[in-house]
Amino acid sequence: MDALIALLPELLDATFETLYIVALCMLFGGLGGLIVGLGLYVTRAGGLLPNRVVNTVLNVLVNTFRPIPFIIFLAAVQPLARAVVGTGIGDPAIIFSIALAAVFGISRIVEQNLLTVQPGVIEAARSVGAGPWRIIRTLLLPEALGPLILGYAFVFVAIVDMTAVAGFIGGGGLGNFAILYGYRQFEPVVTWAAVIVIILIVQLVQFFANWLARRVLRR
Amino acid sequence: MLLGASAAVLIPRMTKAAPMPIVRLSEVSKSYPPSKRGAAPLLAVDKVSLDIEAGDIFGIIGYSGAGKSTLVRLINALEPVTSGTVEVDGRVISGLRERQLHDVRRGIGMIFQQFNLFNSRTVAGNVEYPLQVAGMPAAERKARVTEMLEFVGLADKARNYPDQLSGGQKQRVGIARALATSPKILLADEATSALDPETTTEVLALLKKVNRELGITIVLITHEMEVIKAVANRVAVMDSGRVIEEGSVFDVFSDPQTDAAKRFVSTVIRAVPEREALEQLRLKHPGRIVTVSFADGGVSQSEVFLEFANHGVTFELVYGGVNEIQGRTFGHLTLALKGDRIDAALAAISRTVSVTEVR
Repeated sequence: MDALIALLPELLDATFETLYIVALCMLFGGLGGLIVGLGLYVTRAGGLLPNRVVNTVLNVLVNTFRPIPFIIFLAAVQPLARAVVGTGIGDPAIIFSIALAAVFGISRIVEQNLLTVQPGVIEAARSVGAGPWRIIRTLLLPEALGPLILGYAFVFVAIVDMTAVAGFIGGGGLGNFAILYGYRQFEPVVTWAAVIVIILIVQLVQFFANWLARRVLRR
Repeated sequence: MLLGASAAVLIPRMTKAAPMPIVRLSEVSKSYPPSKRGAAPLLAVDKVSLDIEAGDIFGIIGYSGAGKSTLVRLINALEPVTSGTVEVDGRVISGLRERQLHDVRRGIGMIFQQFNLFNSRTVAGNVEYPLQVAGMPAAERKARVTEMLEFVGLADKARNYPDQLSGGQKQRVGIARALATSPKILLADEATSALDPETTTEVLALLKKVNRELGITIVLITHEMEVIKAVANRVAVMDSGRVIEEGSVFDVFSDPQTDAAKRFVSTVIRAVPEREALEQLRLKHPGRIVTVSFADGGVSQSEVFLEFANHGVTFELVYGGVNEIQGRTFGHLTLALKGDRIDAALAAISRTVSVTEVR
């Protein structure tokens, strides 16, 4: 317990670092996933912009990268991270790797949520002369907003999980804190403290997302 | 002078020699690629030619899978034709590019069986959507939305969301949305099939009002003959992708030619007894049974009955009835006859009305 009290400033720093990493991963991974997910959705047969080639390429891409266990993905993508963000270790590399991994996962969630929009609703928009881009912006995304919010909350939890694993390549945050000060120092209380903070973050975000989705769905 | 004024209004219409139909389908076909490799392509619409005149309420009836929903989507090019030409308001739209079709579709409203309202938008937002698409300024949009909601009687629901409305109200929002951009044509795809009978009557009355007050041509797809009977003035019967019968509603109802048309007509009109009813009749009336068909403008019933009396033939009315469609009457009366000179009586009658011996 004393160890934990002594480590409180580090715990606070680690918490903020986790939030920082997660926020950037959500931003980049979320945007990338939205774009790829939209691509999967609109290029489907019978979609707004059907294109068999693009759809197949996107599907193969997503199916290739999504099943790779994250810890292996981290190691495999390191050279790419070095090329893109200039380093293979530390927070920038972690954010790059997590965001990239998240793109593939998020794209499927986005695709699934967009598929909940009734095709008839899209047809109604087409029948008044709306083009595909306008339909995506003004109708498809608003109609799917409730499920999308819940989908992104799900992704948030997964990304918090990934940041902990990323401690292995020198990423900071709560995962790193738990391993460094708790697990390796034989201080289970410190490990549990990190766990409790993570649980609190996840709970808060999930409650907020549920509230927001309910407001959007009006139920 | 009232007479002069109305005559002046009529002149332009009357001088038009042969009015161009507002929708003309010429030999249009629509096929879908086969679901399995090597299978034959699915032919949803098979060489259909139809003319729909401006001001018509044109009903298209058929069983599910007959191709009527595909056919109606060829008119606003939601589905492109495989072959043939589609002309709307004098313009060939088959073969236009998608971008050009956006303009065409703004001139054609559409309503749906499942209403297809936008749940993320309020009632007003739904009606406003096509106006936004058409690029109308915000102030005009607002006025138009109010006007349309008043027209369909939902002005008080403007701020509600679709999931707070009943089925009939939803369809009225659908109609307001479809008509917001003042189209000349309204396509109704099974618009009342998801509604209960009472609400159906309400929505049909509204469609009639749309046709009468706004002069909008309506193309109405349905599998319910009741709907055709209530509002349409012309009807086409579809079966396996083809239009097998077409004509004025009165003609098709009073004298259907094809088996499919006869079956549809029999759902709303007691015309000729079907097999089961006939067997019951035979048990009670072992003598000769005939069906006499009357139509408005033909020989009156009293003349027919007088002829029977003149030949000493007595009869009992055992089946059928008199119907009224668009202000004209027709009827099929099945009579069980008794007497010695039945043949002579039938010969005399069949010179003026259609008589069929029921066997």
